[in-house]
Amino acid sequence: MRYSGFRVIREALTGHKGWTPAWRDPAPQASYDYVIIGGGGHGLATAYYLAKEFRQARIAVIEKGYIGGGNVGRNTTIIRSNYMLDGNEPFYEFSMKLWEGLEQDFNYNAMVSQRGILNLCHTDAQRDAYTRRGNAMRLNGVDAVLLDREGVRQMAPYLNFDSARFPIKGGLMQPRGGTVRHDAVAWGYARGADSRGVDIIQNCEVIGMRIDNGRIQGVETTRGFIGAKKVGCAVAGSSSKVMSHAGMRLPIESHVLQAFVSEGLKPTIPGVITYGAGHFYVSQSDKGGLVFGGDLDGYNSYAQRGNLPVVEDVCEGGMSLMPMIGRARLLRIWGGLMDMSMDGSPIIDRTDIEGLYFNGGWCYGGFKATPASGWAFAHLLATDKPHETARAYRFDRFRKGLMIDEKGMGAQPNLH
Amino acid sequence: MIINHPLLGPRDSQEFTYLGDANLIDRPDWQAPDAVDRFFEYLYLRDNPAGDHRELWFHEQGDRSWVVVTRNMATHEILNVELASDVARNRGRSK
Ligand SMILES: Cc1cc2nc3c(=O)[nH]c(=O)nc-3n(C[C@H](O)[C@H](O)[C@H](O)COP(=O)(O)OP(=O)(O)OC[C@H]3O[C@@H](n4cnc5c(N)ncnc54)[C@H](O)[C@@H]3O)c2cc1C
Repeated sequence: MRYSGFRVIREALTGHKGWTPAWRDPAPQASYDYVIIGGGGHGLATAYYLAKEFRQARIAVIEKGYIGGGNVGRNTTIIRSNYMLDGNEPFYEFSMKLWEGLEQDFNYNAMVSQRGILNLCHTDAQRDAYTRRGNAMRLNGVDAVLLDREGVRQMAPYLNFDSARFPIKGGLMQPRGGTVRHDAVAWGYARGADSRGVDIIQNCEVIGMRIDNGRIQGVETTRGFIGAKKVGCAVAGSSSKVMSHAGMRLPIESHVLQAFVSEGLKPTIPGVITYGAGHFYVSQSDKGGLVFGGDLDGYNSYAQRGNLPVVEDVCEGGMSLMPMIGRARLLRIWGGLMDMSMDGSPIIDRTDIEGLYFNGGWCYGGFKATPASGWAFAHLLATDKPHETARAYRFDRFRKGLMIDEKGMGAQPNLH
Repeated sequence: MIINHPLLGPRDSQEFTYLGDANLIDRPDWQAPDAVDRFFEYLYLRDNPAGDHRELWFHEQGDRSWVVVTRNMATHEILNVELASDVARNRGRSK
């Protein structure tokens, strides 16, 4: 069923009786050409582009819980392509271009809203760094605008300009950055993949891999063995756990990141604003809630929930940047599992096991990457060659010293 | 989380800084023939288990000792705390 304005009106007049489920609930078949492990944004996007752009093939996505229950439905929904390093920036800009056409492409309202992202700076050194990053973006054909203090004040007069411990000196703005309704991304890709014949199998956990003579044969699941010619793993925070079934140790640690939503307020915050002197970023949802977040809790975790010290730290950051939010009440807090890599950048690569491919290490920035990650992973699965924008995302970059370390933190995942 | 420090008793985990997997104690021999491979594994690869995890915490706001905490990554329950210097000595190191 195609969705359209006409359809909405027709359904409204006929009591909404004509809507059907957006995807099927098939039982797993004995084998597939491609099995994608993980029904998050990346796994679903991979299946969608694989079916649409690359191959007519039998494809399944295997998800241990339900679609959208992982990070794709837990993040703070920020999209941007304001990276500095060569290995990253073309990839994230490719993703931004895909976001710009996504809703037409998969015929689903994902509320892609390019409301702009503003990174504030508070010292001269930080302004220099932002100037450099903005130039790197411009060299890659990406929009970037450097604002001075007055420029920031015009956009966001309610920020703490008068008595701040770290006064605002200016900011780097990417007008094409913004937010996207995260659940709708999962649903839109799921529906698009399903309508092209992809089996989306929920409540089915991968608990083992069958490997013969260095070649993948398929995956063991809680619903039995499923054979596959090629297997792609895209399970975000569970990457180490799933790939250990293939005997692999990854350059990844799992960490917890929390997110926060306040009660609904009148529209005040036009885009995304990030604090440069503490870890705090905020946007306002269309329902009016402030959506914000900060740092990782800092210790390895698979718990999908964090602790109070970070709640305090994030709220302090918010208060020192925009004191006006002090009276707003928090409605919800939750946590998600981050696949933190050793240099803060992702991996999209094949493995030493023939037919087994890996996509992960997204840290806390993988939502914005969803379309490009799916496209590049589908490209790799279909052609055995890396997509041109994802060539640097290899496993062996750590051994070879070719890290893509935007923050320059080294092999300390909780600092990326 | 409360870390039961072997010398100081129960302390808030906020007094500590987190480093990571306790295998970082076992720095490879730089003169070994396969030192390059071993340093690669030491520096970059992790078990990252979804269960009990031995990890290094530094009591930065306290007595500045390193401790090895055994903690369940799925529940955050802390099962054991040892001084890292004891752990290292038990493995035959001088300090
Ligand atoms: C609080 C928070 C805020 C964030 N904010 C942003 C942001 O503003 N911008 C941004 O770009 N990124 C952000 N991120 C990061 C982003 O959400 C993730 O990097 C991205 O969603 C990860 O990819 P995914 O969608 O495929 O992951 P997920 O949705 O987690 O998908 C992985 C799936 O694999 C499944 N799975 C795991 N193990 C198995 C198994 N054994 N068998 C079968 N299935 C399995 C899981 O159930 C899950 O559904 C944030 C993350 C969090 C937690």
